[in-house]
Amino acid sequence: MALIEFADFSFKYLGADSLALKRIKLIIDEGEYVVLTGPSGCGKTTFCRAINALVPQFHRGYVAGNVYTDGKNTRENEVATFASVAGLVFQNPENQLVTLDVEKEIAFGPENLGVAPAEIRRRVEELIELLDLEELREKHPHEMSGGEQQRVAIAATLALKPKVLVADEPTSNLDPKSAETILEIFAHLNKRGMAVVLVEHRLDLVARDASRIILMNKGRIVADGNPREILAMDLCEEIGVGVPKATQVYKRLRTRGVDLRNVPLTGVELAELVQEATSQ
Amino acid sequence: MIILEDVHYTYDGIYTALQGISLQVDDGERLAVIGANGAGKTTMIKHMNGLLRPQEGRVILDGQDTKFMSVAEIAREVGLVFQNPDHQLFLDSVKKEVEFGLRNIGFTENEAEQRRQKTLASLGLEGLAERSPFTLSGGERKRVALASVLSTEPRFLALDEPTIGQDAHQKNRLAQMLAEMNKRGRTVVVVTHDIEFVIENFPRTVAMAEGQIIADGSTNMVLSNDEVIERCSLAPPQMTLAARAIRNVFPEVGQRLTLLSELEETIMGILGGA
Repeated sequence: MALIEFADFSFKYLGADSLALKRIKLIIDEGEYVVLTGPSGCGKTTFCRAINALVPQFHRGYVAGNVYTDGKNTRENEVATFASVAGLVFQNPENQLVTLDVEKEIAFGPENLGVAPAEIRRRVEELIELLDLEELREKHPHEMSGGEQQRVAIAATLALKPKVLVADEPTSNLDPKSAETILEIFAHLNKRGMAVVLVEHRLDLVARDASRIILMNKGRIVADGNPREILAMDLCEEIGVGVPKATQVYKRLRTRGVDLRNVPLTGVELAELVQEATSQ
Repeated sequence: MIILEDVHYTYDGIYTALQGISLQVDDGERLAVIGANGAGKTTMIKHMNGLLRPQEGRVILDGQDTKFMSVAEIAREVGLVFQNPDHQLFLDSVKKEVEFGLRNIGFTENEAEQRRQKTLASLGLEGLAERSPFTLSGGERKRVALASVLSTEPRFLALDEPTIGQDAHQKNRLAQMLAEMNKRGRTVVVVTHDIEFVIENFPRTVAMAEGQIIADGSTNMVLSNDEVIERCSLAPPQMTLAARAIRNVFPEVGQRLTLLSELEETIMGILGGA
């Protein structure tokens, strides 16, 4: 069964003059790592909100078509139903943290869903280990760095045992090293079987982890496929997608008649392909 | 000219953010400030426009100690755009938001409208003038916050993480706008983690760690220092990684490569000779 299905779904916010999402049709299966990208204002955040029913139930407006998350229609089931299916992580972790310490923060969601205390304790310990939060146990969230806060926010989201982690530019306020830590966590979670939907502009950082890239522009999906195939398209430059530098070099070489065997996503891959081309 | 002289600042008497910052920013410079989260970058630029006052040391703006100036007086010269646009935006339309600052510093209604239109167009916001900032996307809100300050074209621009949430086109537009203002004599200081944006647009870079300046010089020099990259929690630019990997196989390739076009030519050279 599809984990997420957009069935010809359109949405317009109250008071807006154009549709934020236009006739979106797509399926995301279990275990996928989807990177969603496209120009600023193209509908990426609305897409994320539609997965867990925040659109159209919290953010209201004109709706056509349906979204099914874990088989349930997001128009017909309460928002709370989706909290344990699709976990959302946002850009500003400080807006997401509600309690005063790490353990309480992780326990907060499952407590609200009435999970048994012994089970909550087990999840808290497991997540503290998984996200390397041991040192933060005694820290107040406001004494934590942005990267630390984001790790706590992710742990709190995972405590509800979602099937898909939906993250809307989770690293854009972080320094590159903290960003890398967060992205390593996502890649690790994905390897353990969790589906990931990540909104990101900086494809340099994420293209190599993704199994699929979806390009949006003006509320529509304009390309959808494997990262190398999508990033090699000229459409990326046309709509302003930040193509990884190594891929840009590949494309420039291509216009000068040099065809490397594959599309590189990182500097090291580019170097390997150049070496391969010289040894033929 | 802005001079920071041995500036110290501690939040709530507990958390030391700046421990002796000395820095001179000349008129017409383009300067990038880099550093890990918590290095003190934001605290430092808040001192440039008087939002924070040094607890020790001095901030001197055009020869005048800012201790004797009001925030309003300083803000007329130094425009600051916050990292989080939601800390800055408060009106119910993009148009009002941008015209507010312009009217405030004395532009007539007509002038304010013209400047607002021009700035919104330069930042790709022209269709959104009547919208409430709170209905816009994160990247758009960020550009509205930028527009409200850039439209006033203060002599000094201090921008905290201006590229967050911006796609490649918007980043280029912003870079172009800053370059034009710089040509007209404006001084531009940005705080950023976006190392590619720095390489492409800022000739001078200041690196901070733990409330101190650990490097200050040409961007090329500062960013080719591995210790700086490490202490600022930066990842080496992809071009540098590619150049290193290529150099491992083709040692004849030169030591310093950062620009995409340089790498392109190097590879053409290697393959042409093969």
